[in-house]
Amino acid sequence: MIIDQIWMVFWTLIKIVAIVLPLIIVVAYLTYAERRVIGFMQGRMGPNRVGLFGFKLWGLAQPFADTFKLLLKEIIFPANANKFLFLLAPVITLATAFAAWAVIPFNDYLVLADINAGLVYILAMTSLGVYGVIIAGWASNSKYAILGALRSAAQIVSYEIAMGFALVGVLIASGSLNLTEIVHSQSGGIFSWFFIPLFPLFVIYFISGVAETNRAPFDVAEGESEIVAGFHVEYSGAAFALFFLGEYANMIMISALSAIMFLGGWYSPFTGDAWYAQSSIFWFLGKLSFFLLLYLWFRATFPRFRYDQIMRLGWKIFIPITIVWIMVVAVMKVYKPEWIGG
Amino acid sequence: MFEFIFSPEGYQVILFYVYSAILIGAALAVVTMRNSIYSALFLILAFFSAAALWMLLEAEFLALTLVLVYVGAVMVLFLFVIMMLDIKIKPKSGMSNYTKVGIFVAILMGLEMIMLLGRKLSHVLPQDDLVKHAKGHSNVKEVAENLYTQYVLPFELASVVLLVAIVAAILLTLRKRDDYNHVDPESQVHVKANKNRMRVVKMDAEVGNNIGGEE
Repeated sequence: MIIDQIWMVFWTLIKIVAIVLPLIIVVAYLTYAERRVIGFMQGRMGPNRVGLFGFKLWGLAQPFADTFKLLLKEIIFPANANKFLFLLAPVITLATAFAAWAVIPFNDYLVLADINAGLVYILAMTSLGVYGVIIAGWASNSKYAILGALRSAAQIVSYEIAMGFALVGVLIASGSLNLTEIVHSQSGGIFSWFFIPLFPLFVIYFISGVAETNRAPFDVAEGESEIVAGFHVEYSGAAFALFFLGEYANMIMISALSAIMFLGGWYSPFTGDAWYAQSSIFWFLGKLSFFLLLYLWFRATFPRFRYDQIMRLGWKIFIPITIVWIMVVAVMKVYKPEWIGG
Repeated sequence: MFEFIFSPEGYQVILFYVYSAILIGAALAVVTMRNSIYSALFLILAFFSAAALWMLLEAEFLALTLVLVYVGAVMVLFLFVIMMLDIKIKPKSGMSNYTKVGIFVAILMGLEMIMLLGRKLSHVLPQDDLVKHAKGHSNVKEVAENLYTQYVLPFELASVVLLVAIVAAILLTLRKRDDYNHVDPESQVHVKANKNRMRVVKMDAEVGNNIGGEE
């Protein structure tokens, strides 16, 4: 009895490690991929020197070099900074970014916590991430940092509404808040995926996700040309690395969610019995990588938005469109249910 | 006793007391802290612990909504305002000024709760067993069924009241000033560079009169 309980705790811990460790490695190599891809897009080389044992290996050891550099650097506290909150902020960012992964299903049975209200849980966790930014901005005792924090707070609160409405569309279409159920309701080839009937919501969800993770072209919270580096201007070493890790884990999560909710998760776009028509985790990872590539592509392509135009886009364009499309989806669901998933 | 602590029920009871203690401690800290930022952060902790208590009641949808709405949105704006206001840290907390009134209100509210829950509503309170639902029970469905069938009118009424409050709040704070150079992003994004900003002039190429050339 007691042994069972203890074993269950251990088993859950093992499962958590099995999610978090690959995630950290993917984050490390996402930074490498980002620099290589943007380098390619802008006609530069990107990091291609750091290898192992004298081999260059296209710079594949660069993420490890960066990690060790960040971990070995000194953490500097600004004068009159609130030390406790200053150190708590990156932990909050990282913890909320990782906590949301608890309910992400990787395929039919690979999920840590298969809870009923999974979608609401993810919304709640991603909305908590903003505290890391706000507390960091305030605790740094720096004008640039607090400007970045205020910008970020306003931006995340605004885009959360559009994002939430896009999710409402998904859950009307699927009739469930459970992520595995949402994927199951999209079975049957590419034409059953939700991105066709919910196309405006799909586009708005991903763009809001980019804004929510403070990535280019919505990275005014960092805005190196205006406010140096925004909320993490005073951070160095391992504390800065935690912010970095949290931001990239959030990027991967937004990509995973887009794949789950609009591109049919682990389902194959083909139907039939062929090997490529089987649902598998590789389809899921492939779709996830596609969205990550979009993130990098945006960053290589678009100039940064001006702040008032970000607000205008969120409030005056995205929110009205999502509200209208929720109505459309509801009508479709009642009168033409075969158009949505079948 | 040992068996009980390690059973799921015992674990639930322990969690209940832990979260309740955190909730009460955080609520006390909200009013006793000298720094208003700390007060706001402790209020967040209080909301969080309340959400955890609801989670123990197997009301996961309500718990997550509490986190989403109060922690994720309302308290962000609270912090936002407190940071903008530049409040100085007070030498002592403002609580002592209000202690008498506060105790009076607390006793009154306590009495009201006891009267209501102890007599009128005593039959709806669970006696001493933990809330347990069958596996597959969906809290979301339960909430939705209650809201959209039995309580549909009060629910819609409440949302209309909220909408009126939003419109009123915006109207009260909306001030138009004539003397600043307002930039209208609406007109800015509709500018077409080749139509509104640039004028392409056709002209013959200028033929230089041998400037810098050879004599």
